[in-house]
Amino acid sequence: MRHERQAPRLREQTTLAASAGRIWGMILRYWYVIRSSWPRTAELIYWPLVQMLMWGFLQRYLASTASFAAKAAGLFIGAVLLWDILVRSQLGFAVAFLEDIWSRNLGHLMMSPLRPIELVAALMAVSFLKLMVAMVPVAALAYAFFGFNVLSLGLAFAAFFANLVFTSWSLGLVSTGVVLRWGLGAESFAWLIVFVLLPLCCVYYPVATLPGWLQPVALALPPTYVFEGLRAIVLEGSFVAALMLKAFVLNVIYFGLGFAAFAYFLQSARRHGTLVQMGE
Amino acid sequence: MQKSLPSPHDGRPPPVEVKRLRKVYREVAAVDGIDFTLREAAVTALLGGNGAGKTTTISMLMGLVIPTSGEARVFGADMANERHRVLHRMNFESPYVDVPMRLTVRQNLEIYGRLYGVLDLKAAITTTAEELRLADLLDRPYGKLSAGQKTRVSLAKALLNEPELLLLDEPTASLDPDTADWVRSKLEDYCALRRATVVLASHNMAEVERLADRVIMLERGRVIADETPAALIQRFGRSNLEEVFLAIARRAPTGEEERR
Repeated sequence: MRHERQAPRLREQTTLAASAGRIWGMILRYWYVIRSSWPRTAELIYWPLVQMLMWGFLQRYLASTASFAAKAAGLFIGAVLLWDILVRSQLGFAVAFLEDIWSRNLGHLMMSPLRPIELVAALMAVSFLKLMVAMVPVAALAYAFFGFNVLSLGLAFAAFFANLVFTSWSLGLVSTGVVLRWGLGAESFAWLIVFVLLPLCCVYYPVATLPGWLQPVALALPPTYVFEGLRAIVLEGSFVAALMLKAFVLNVIYFGLGFAAFAYFLQSARRHGTLVQMGE
Repeated sequence: MQKSLPSPHDGRPPPVEVKRLRKVYREVAAVDGIDFTLREAAVTALLGGNGAGKTTTISMLMGLVIPTSGEARVFGADMANERHRVLHRMNFESPYVDVPMRLTVRQNLEIYGRLYGVLDLKAAITTTAEELRLADLLDRPYGKLSAGQKTRVSLAKALLNEPELLLLDEPTASLDPDTADWVRSKLEDYCALRRATVVLASHNMAEVERLADRVIMLERGRVIADETPAALIQRFGRSNLEEVFLAIARRAPTGEEERR
């Protein structure tokens, strides 16, 4: 070993800079995984692209046969792009976390100085990064193929985007918490949780389409307001700010609940000893 | 038998202090009321058969498992509730916990260096890689290395922050004798240089005899012996630790043990 070894030179651990350093370390960890495998990068784009093409062609067909669809140009394709923002962001969060379980790395992470809130911050950042990798090319292709420019929605798009990403993080927190507690046996939960919302948050149809007893459930979900907002813009040309505000308030509540659930499941995993048994 | 060692720490808390530590999973006590204190710059081996409670004890020392009762303190911090105070001063190596396979050795060391807040990280990685004969492997994916190379990477990760407390879970399992011997030499050098406290869980009795200043033997979650390897060998009238281990493992359980 080195013979003139100095005392360890470690950063002061409690500072904001130290915390930022740990978060950056985790972002790099996930970024290196994405970068190391082009099939993984292609996979990020694959499903949004397939969905966008299918709904785009369907809308083109309907526009030639039905006056409503002709009037609502961009409705389906806009809805599918927004839905994919929710799905890709949630999966980006959950799959990044699953990477550490698949690679049997969780034990090292959990006994490192990384704090749970820093892990969550890194997962949020990585889900955003993956979302960009997936959605920017797909949005560009939607414009190239179907003339639908998502940026033409302007500030409304920013509000839609922010609310959907916010919802996806809450879902990501709950799903990773469940996997922390119950291990890979609960992995499918992380993959499927977001699809429960598909029929409930009225992606392709108005809330009024749902039976009366189900409408309150839909209205308790932030994405419902986003898709109602999209229809208001495409069909009526008006941006309803109140819808976005309701979605945001609900998102703040759900994010708080999601983080509480994550912290509870982590503590429960430490009580039950499941953190040390996790891996493929 | 439980030995309470004098604490030569000048009022500082000892590196490890375990008091009446107990962990019960459902009805089974994996660790059943153990006590010990570890002094600075000493290697302590935790021995015992499968299911004796070694891994659970180490997990509680890392704060990965919360005790049912009792305390596991590291540098004075209660690892159930305030482990983030001291995690940067310790590290862990085990062949059963990997680092990400797709990432190169350098990327893995970079990430862990950042998590531990190692300053001048580039130089630290270079030095550690040279010391552990990893310089030529730095840009290869961890998943493509041999078992011996992976162990060296794992050790590099464990030594990168120059921990004062090192927890080793079977550090030479599945290594050929030459590589295992090399790893033991590195650990001896590190401990001598840094005055690190080491907790070693191992089934390799020759390794324990060579590295450990003290042996804590566990059986069914309880401490059944706590002394130096030489004293233990002498007490059992055997010629080495392996024979002592076998003698303990194969003896008939007492009535009290049967009831437990």
